Amino acid sequence: MQLNKFLKTLAVLISIGTLAACASSPSEDMDSSTSGSTGSEQTTDGTRGGVETGSAERMQTPEEQRQERYAELRQEHIIYFDFDESTVRSEFAELLTAHADYLSRNPSVTVVIEGHTDERGTPEYNIALGERRGNSVATYLRNLGVLSSQIEVVSFGEEKPLARGSSERAWSQNRRAVLVY
Amino acid sequence: MKRVLIGLLVVWVSLTAALSNATAQSTLEIVITEGQNSARPIAVVPFQWLGEGEAPYNFAEIIMADLRRSGRFNPIDQGQMPGQPGKDLDVSDYAAWARLGVEAMLVGEVSLLSGNRYQVTYELIDPLRGQITGGTAQALVDGALVNSNDHVIEGRSSVVGPNQFRQYSHRISDVVYEALTGERGAFLTRIAYIYVDFEQENPYHLMVSDYDGYNERVLLRSPEPLMSPSWSPEGNRLAYVSFENGRPEIFLQDIYTTEREKLTSFPGINGSPSWSPDGTKMAMVLSKDGAPDIYVMDIASRNIEKITDHWRIDTEPYWTPDGKSLTFTSERGGRAQIYRVDLDTKRVRRVTFEGEANLGGVVTPDGRGLVVVNRDNGQFHIGRQEYPNGNFQVLTQTTLDESPSVAPNGSMIIYSTTHNGKQVLALVSMDGRFRARLPSREGEVKAPAWSPFL
Repeated sequence: MQLNKFLKTLAVLISIGTLAACASSPSEDMDSSTSGSTGSEQTTDGTRGGVETGSAERMQTPEEQRQERYAELRQEHIIYFDFDESTVRSEFAELLTAHADYLSRNPSVTVVIEGHTDERGTPEYNIALGERRGNSVATYLRNLGVLSSQIEVVSFGEEKPLARGSSERAWSQNRRAVLVY
Repeated sequence: MKRVLIGLLVVWVSLTAALSNATAQSTLEIVITEGQNSARPIAVVPFQWLGEGEAPYNFAEIIMADLRRSGRFNPIDQGQMPGQPGKDLDVSDYAAWARLGVEAMLVGEVSLLSGNRYQVTYELIDPLRGQITGGTAQALVDGALVNSNDHVIEGRSSVVGPNQFRQYSHRISDVVYEALTGERGAFLTRIAYIYVDFEQENPYHLMVSDYDGYNERVLLRSPEPLMSPSWSPEGNRLAYVSFENGRPEIFLQDIYTTEREKLTSFPGINGSPSWSPDGTKMAMVLSKDGAPDIYVMDIASRNIEKITDHWRIDTEPYWTPDGKSLTFTSERGGRAQIYRVDLDTKRVRRVTFEGEANLGGVVTPDGRGLVVVNRDNGQFHIGRQEYPNGNFQVLTQTTLDESPSVAPNGSMIIYSTTHNGKQVLALVSMDGRFRARLPSREGEVKAPAWSPFL
């Protein structure tokens, strides 16, 4: 009897929660931490005192899960390249998709893609290589619906290393493109 | 052979000891990494001070360092000398000097004229000729027999102030070098370079110093990268790339007045400026149309002309001395190689074929050589290719060599290399036999550009 009532209340709460989630604007703030939070609350359906209802953790929709994962991925702004290469490695596909999703939802937002290289090769060649890396990322984002007007590419070549030194480890950290909002 | 090696070692030790005293305030300091035993022995006798107390300056030390660095001369240890004459008249025994095997001996005197003016007099003597003639050769001039003193190759005198001592020493080196080699000396020249110290608030510095690293001056400090200094042919202005506005732009700066102007700010790359031999045009790399291509700008009108048009990377333009063509680096054939484009016909021809790749091409002042960064087995070294026969020689054995720049007399190459995990400058003679390193005390030193004759 009481269990039945509890389940009914729960069902109502879940449907309200889901509706609220659907109604919330998908743009700007993708943070879903407030919409899903539910705690104990008093029922107001006229039942006499002495009872308390509880609720379960609301299930996230696939879309919400995706947005949460994208928000997390977007904390990361750097993708890395192989030596003398400007091809986007498959391991960075999801990261760039997360940024593209955000940018295409927010067409007024612009991003600068910085292209960087390791120290090998001449500074002038590396400026060109850094630009090719930046352009390669820009093309990737455009193919996912980001407008050309939202993207600027600036190559710094080998002039702004992330890691110092002449080790393979330092080089691999310096061959990068950085998305700067 | 052993004697030569010991001789070199002695000179090396005395030279580095002398230099380490003299360069306390300087960022650059020459360390000779490899001598060459084919360098010609020469005696630079300490200049005699004719005044009271200590000599005001050690001219011989600067001149010895210059001549040694050129790779052409091997100044002998002063301890070996049979005496310290200040002028030809004081040389008592030419045979004793000739026995040392020296090709020439430089002697000089310094005296105080008045206040802050000093008289510096020097003579360059051929001791072998002196031994034969006894220093009293006679020759017929206009039908009369006169003392010819033909064992004295050069003899000059000048009045200089104390702040000109170092410069005048380089001037003497130039005179000695030209008298003995027939080529103009390049010791009175400068280098521009980029100095980076990430510990500083404004890490990037555009610098100018004498060719040997002394008299450093900061021309520009910036929080953002500076690149690619290139000298105007008159030697009074520099073109360079600055990222001060968040993206690359080409600037021109007068090195004496600090006057500065922005030359280009196209979308994309504005890079690799190279001043034409007549000073009216600037070759550069722009990527405003997509891929980086070579352009030539008329500096007065700012009109640009597109010289190359290829979807792959074209960069690093450099003028041939006649101003009629450019060499440049291109990936159009796969890996980067040096190509040459005729500015009238726009016809492009590939120039380099050695190794995996060649970049950063610089044409030598006589137009008969091309200095490149050669990549072979993943190693980057400075190489030289002769034109037109194509003979190729790797000149350096250092690590990650780049940015070669040639002295205006074609005798030496200054370039950027990596030593102990830091970028430093190094010198190599055009034949690759003499090598020296110019280590910095802290930070990275790169992108050297050798000035024209000043």
